[in-house]
Amino acid sequence: MGRKILFITTDQQRYDTLGCNGGTIARTPVIDAVAAQGVRYERAHPQSVVCMPSRSTMVTGQHVSTHGVWMNGVALPEDAPSVAQVLHDAGYRTAIIGKPHFEPFLDPFARFAENGFAGKGTFGPHRGFEHFESATHGAAGPLHYARWLLANHPETVGMFYPVLDGSLEVNAMGGGDTGAPQAWVNNIPREWYHTDWVADRTISWLESLPVDDDWFCWMSFPDPHHPWDPPASEVGRIDWRDVPLPAGYIEDASEREAVLDAKPRHFRAWYDGRLVSNYEAPAAWVPATLTADQIRETTALNAVECELIDEAIGRVLAAVTARGWGDDLDIVFTTDHGELGGDFGLLFKGPYHVEGLMRLPLIWRPAPSSGIAPAVVGKPVGHVDLAPTFCAIAGVPASPWMEGKALPVNDADAAGRGFERVLTEWDSELFGVSVHLRTITRDGYVCTTYLPGSVHDGSEGELYSLIDDPLQRVNRWNDPSLTSLQSDLIADLWDHQPPMKSPLPGVEAPV
Amino acid sequence: MYGTIRHEIRINRPAADVWALAGDAAKLHHWFPGITDCTVDGNQRVIITGSGAPMPEEILVCDNTQRRFQYRLLLPIFKHHRGTIDVIDLGDQTCLVVYSTEADPRAMALVIGGGTAGALRELKRQMERQMEDDTPEGTN
Repeated sequence: MGRKILFITTDQQRYDTLGCNGGTIARTPVIDAVAAQGVRYERAHPQSVVCMPSRSTMVTGQHVSTHGVWMNGVALPEDAPSVAQVLHDAGYRTAIIGKPHFEPFLDPFARFAENGFAGKGTFGPHRGFEHFESATHGAAGPLHYARWLLANHPETVGMFYPVLDGSLEVNAMGGGDTGAPQAWVNNIPREWYHTDWVADRTISWLESLPVDDDWFCWMSFPDPHHPWDPPASEVGRIDWRDVPLPAGYIEDASEREAVLDAKPRHFRAWYDGRLVSNYEAPAAWVPATLTADQIRETTALNAVECELIDEAIGRVLAAVTARGWGDDLDIVFTTDHGELGGDFGLLFKGPYHVEGLMRLPLIWRPAPSSGIAPAVVGKPVGHVDLAPTFCAIAGVPASPWMEGKALPVNDADAAGRGFERVLTEWDSELFGVSVHLRTITRDGYVCTTYLPGSVHDGSEGELYSLIDDPLQRVNRWNDPSLTSLQSDLIADLWDHQPPMKSPLPGVEAPV
Repeated sequence: MYGTIRHEIRINRPAADVWALAGDAAKLHHWFPGITDCTVDGNQRVIITGSGAPMPEEILVCDNTQRRFQYRLLLPIFKHHRGTIDVIDLGDQTCLVVYSTEADPRAMALVIGGGTAGALRELKRQMERQMEDDTPEGTN
């Protein structure tokens, strides 16, 4: 019998939403305990700050340019490399339960396999996952959760916030107490909400396995991604009126706008409602209208969703322990990307390589039987390192197509194995607006160069010291005293940036 | 503003051959992945998608001289939709096929038009495979 792997992901969760990372709003005792027993990474960064490219990196172990899912709406080819397939071939039982999103959701022609299983009453196999049971942020669509809810609790389907509006744009409609976009009162009973459903289905699949089997289970929660519509019964846990504003929010509007003005121009243009650069934020919403109370309320609802996830994970871990697997269980917890969360007066996500979107929670609790000591790692790591980690846990060689390295177990290990930098990419082209970023995080700096597009001429950039300026308020791209450092970082970026896949796969849907 | 999507592909077959399939309103499901059936009655066409949803359409143009086919989806979500297929003779026994989608709301251009790239790839695959099948042995 080998080690079992429970890979837990959330969607759009900030680093600072966990107690173990200094969060003070959501109570996350389960993950905090996992972190205390394992390795907590303080500089984990995604290779993309949107779902499909980021999730494609997780499953392939490749940078975005290599796997080619360069923006949401680009499908990961069905024959793309998959760590799940590697593990399955090594004898592991494999499952993904929850949000996959390797293929576009908006699929009226039902062209993508991911969207077809539930309608046929099947559960894969797909991409090396022998069991593929899917969910997303609400009750709409063709995935297993939506069909389960419609079949069993149809009265609840209309209780969720409508993620898209009548024009199929991300909805800007306000709700809650403050009229915050994508805040909503959802009267669904907690036990039917997708967070608990994902945990229930995970437990069910695990209980179906013989106790001697080794397994890799990707439990993928759709929350705390917007809409912020947790079950109404749970909203009272946190009174938004008591929630402090995030450190990244600048209350004085003129000061806030001056900080935005020092960043590349798309920050301020989006803030003012003059530019919609990407599909992932509501097109009809203007960030400049965001109020402090709306930030408090969305932060509170987000925290409630984080608490529900934590409790759901606790149930799954109890079930795993009850099967006698606890000593051989590896737990890896992360998210696909962050959330702006009110930083700089912005919400949601987009082509903004700032801490809210880039600094991620990542925790690896190695199996107690492995004897790996708890640690905190400050060296930069990325999602690209996950697939090799799973291979290492399973005792199989990392595949040659994987571009990362098994996660370090402490900073000495990280230094010894060359964990120096992590790269993040953004490319988007949407109705005439194109934006292209390449970012390196190294030596306590985060440096982004902007490639020519419809908004930028290729001369723009961002450079921040994460030590001296953790809130990224002073863009030092044009600071003469850092010219040499900037050149070195950009050269290092291009030395390690894989070339973009060619031909470039097409965008087949908005998301 | 409308959303617009345009995909194009060069096919190693004469334009007339490609138009014979691409310009036949009743044969769209033969080469558009995700469309399982279509029926034509005058200028009205109903396509059935892979999800089982019927989508009624109005055929606007079927010009055998210019080799242009245009249609619009008659779904309430659209304030405007127009799909255009142009088969352009390149003069060397090959042709360029351009499939354009414009829509209001704009996101629908991606939702609907996103499938047209795959349709063009399938059209090319079928047409060029057919040409290989038709080529006398030893001449290609």
